[in-house]
Amino acid sequence: MRITCPICGERDRREFYYVGDAVLLERPDPEAGEAAWDDYLHNRDNPAGDTRDLWSHEGGCGAWVVVTRNTVTHEVLATELASDVAADLREARP
Amino acid sequence: MRFSGLRVLKEGLTGNKGWGPHWRDPEPKAEYDAIVIGGGGHGLSTAYYLARNHGLTNVAVLEKGYLGGGNVGRNTTIVRANYFLPGNSEFYSHSLKLWEGLEEDLNYNVMHSQRGLINLFHSDGQRDAFARRGNAMINQGDDAILLDREGVRRYLPYLDFDNARFPIYGGLYHPRGGTARHDAVAWGYARGADRRGVDLIQNCEVTGIDIENGKVTGVQTTRGSIRARKVGIVVAGRSGQVAAMAGMRLPIESHVLQAFVTEGLKPVIDHVVSFGMGHFYISQSDKGGLVFGGDLDFYASYAQRGNLPMAEHVMEAGMTLMPMLGKAKVLRSWGGIMDMTPDGSPIIDRTGVEGLYLDCGWCYGGFKAVPASGWCMAHLMATDSPHEVAAGFRLDRFRSGIGLMDEEGTGAQHNLH
Ligand SMILES: Cc1cc2nc3c(=O)[nH]c(=O)nc-3n(C[C@H](O)[C@H](O)[C@H](O)COP(=O)(O)OP(=O)(O)OC[C@H]3O[C@@H](n4cnc5c(N)ncnc54)[C@H](O)[C@@H]3O)c2cc1C
Ligand SMILES: [Zn+2]
Repeated sequence: MRITCPICGERDRREFYYVGDAVLLERPDPEAGEAAWDDYLHNRDNPAGDTRDLWSHEGGCGAWVVVTRNTVTHEVLATELASDVAADLREARP
Repeated sequence: MRFSGLRVLKEGLTGNKGWGPHWRDPEPKAEYDAIVIGGGGHGLSTAYYLARNHGLTNVAVLEKGYLGGGNVGRNTTIVRANYFLPGNSEFYSHSLKLWEGLEEDLNYNVMHSQRGLINLFHSDGQRDAFARRGNAMINQGDDAILLDREGVRRYLPYLDFDNARFPIYGGLYHPRGGTARHDAVAWGYARGADRRGVDLIQNCEVTGIDIENGKVTGVQTTRGSIRARKVGIVVAGRSGQVAAMAGMRLPIESHVLQAFVTEGLKPVIDHVVSFGMGHFYISQSDKGGLVFGGDLDFYASYAQRGNLPMAEHVMEAGMTLMPMLGKAKVLRSWGGIMDMTPDGSPIIDRTGVEGLYLDCGWCYGGFKAVPASGWCMAHLMATDSPHEVAAGFRLDRFRSGIGLMDEEGTGAQHNLH
């Protein structure tokens, strides 16, 4: 599996550290309640198919990358800088 | 058909013509008292103990492929009771006791071999941690012996004791640990359940779960709809997907774990050897193949095959520990889908839907759990209350933070187990 870092280009998977579902970018409000925090920290869609997860290019530039990937074929479909995704999320928030 | 030495002898002398199928191949009925989704080790043992311990025989196991085609036939077969935390200790202790009587109970040769498990340590700090674990095992009533370097050398003379990075200081020896023939465990439970009247329905994928007024009423399958007031979800790596049919999101991420086997060799490794610092463990099958594995590939996956970096890592760790391994040729490698929970411990619990039960989160250690998991899941489904040795396996421990069972002490976070 090779992952394209938006900054460094295509690299071996071993340069990246896997953190988990990209839902981690959608941190709830501290007062959002138990259920929201449980969903954020623990519960997962866990799809067999396309998924978005968060990787850190720790063996390269150190950027956080959102990887769109297929969990059945291991095909990497798209990568974006997590900072861009987070900025979009902030903008979309009412 | 009962197996016995006499029967094997008689069949051997008469051309083995008298053996029949081990279980029936029934059509699904319109209704059962209980349905178990998933014909892996845990689903089959659940059905067996529903019949054996609770007299519930109007039961079906629904399996989307063939019995034992999932993880139960893909694992590296290590059976042990060397857990540390209350909640896990009593459960795995119970499981090992069931293993010790399993062949007699099932009248089936599962080749359970208590050859002993040795977990190696490489520093003073690790020795302390293993001494503490050994004491916890002894307190639980199981067996543990702390070996020094020479003690390990007596059993495992072929290791590299003076590796520069991980010199061997000693090991925690668990004499009752060992291995079993994985397929035979699935087949033995399947046959036992079938003989007690359970219908084992293969090529029957569950595609929906019917719920009315908060109660489960049955399931939709590729072989039609089937009614039941009790349904157990026991589908290992597919737990998230089946639970989603009941509108649930689980604290589970599915990951791939690989394993490897070499060509058959003469007996060379007598024990199960675990090299935790290298994420490597190995044993030798009765056929002679060296069976070994390592850690997860560490990304969400349903592929049942892994990537090369972990294969390389496992080979390197093996060579570090036992350089003689380099002479053996690897025959095959494969992967299985692990239902990983945030704290690395399992779930056997009720759900928010009446009559719907969950048995999942076995991570990479659920083979040894097959007997006790079935025992406790059957108890839960039959009595609607958790069995005492599985009382800690609550689903809501993640939300509440109370009763987390994080054996590694790394935190209840998905990418850490
Ligand atoms: C490489 C590897 C090594 C391992 N090594 C060890 C070890 O040494 N010791 C140990 O204790 N554990 C080990 N494990 C873990 C152990 O194998 C699993 O935790 C355990 O087998 C999971 O439970 P199971 O047997 O019920 O799963 P499975 O055999 O996977 O059973 C689940 C079944 O559910 C079926 N299913 C899924 N969805 C549906 C549906 N919608 N409808 C109907 N049926 C469905 C599947 O087809 C499957 O047959 C290992 C696993 C792997 C992959
Ligand atoms: Zn980079």
